[in-house]
Amino acid sequence: MSHDHPHRHPPQADHREPVSHYEWLGVALNELLMEKGLYTAQELREMMAEVEAVEPSTHGARVVARAWVDEDFRVRLLKDANTAVEALGFDSAATDLTVLENTDEIHNVVVCTLCSCYPRSLLGRPPTWYKSASYRSRLVREPRSVLREFGTQLPDNVTVRVHDSTAELRYLVLPLRPQGTDDWTEERLAELVTRDSMIGVTTARTP
Amino acid sequence: MSDEISTDGVERIGPHDLGGLPGGPVDRTEHDAAHWERQVDAMVMLMRRKGVMIDPAQLRRGIESLDPDVYEKLSYYERWAGSAALNAIEQGLVTQAELDARIESLRTGPR
Repeated sequence: MSHDHPHRHPPQADHREPVSHYEWLGVALNELLMEKGLYTAQELREMMAEVEAVEPSTHGARVVARAWVDEDFRVRLLKDANTAVEALGFDSAATDLTVLENTDEIHNVVVCTLCSCYPRSLLGRPPTWYKSASYRSRLVREPRSVLREFGTQLPDNVTVRVHDSTAELRYLVLPLRPQGTDDWTEERLAELVTRDSMIGVTTARTP
Repeated sequence: MSDEISTDGVERIGPHDLGGLPGGPVDRTEHDAAHWERQVDAMVMLMRRKGVMIDPAQLRRGIESLDPDVYEKLSYYERWAGSAALNAIEQGLVTQAELDARIESLRTGPR
């Protein structure tokens, strides 16, 4: 399932407006911090826009497509992802970034069992399911079952490696380049790279 | 599940320690964030940028220090709000009394 087009989804039905104590707490704290001058309403709007501007298709997918066409870049990306990503003009978000390369023998998939750590500077805010209790609890125990729920059926001879993120170390999966794309341009290749394929719950789209 | 502290003999370090627990199918429904959630998200990013929570571990610590019963009931950005408030109070940016008063006036004020 792809999520690389900026179409809209309904907000979580029961979270349309602040209703609970903790929701109001967030609103109240935000107001007080602005009144006390920590930041301005303008800075808040700009930050919200900055967060919204990070899309898997315009950030993470560009990194993957470059790695598919540029061998030197691929090597650098796997060795020192922060530096390689910054060289493309992307923020590596002040945390260590490690890129995990899928091969014919190894399929990588990422979770954060303790929370929701995620390479936000390349993929934006994490999807709801990434933060859900069932994904966080089950992926480390039964990854193949979870992958099947995402429609991903891997051959038995492929090893599945599950990587548990931390606040200080984020992961991006470098999916396998689909077959039949030898003469494709970098821009066209990037369209095959979905958010879910960079988390590792799916493979890249096939042409 | 709230009173279950271990699975397969492995001690859990807190309510957030979910790895390896049993669970149901993953609900893959996509949700756009509500406006208040996007505000809380940006507020936390700004607090980091302004030096209030420079280390991502500070946000995490605040989340993990929530009472286990509270943790399980809260949604993702509610936990962020709780942690951000804890950090802001600890650093003397706001007081609990100020927050309580503002929440009260927001709840009862004109919408």
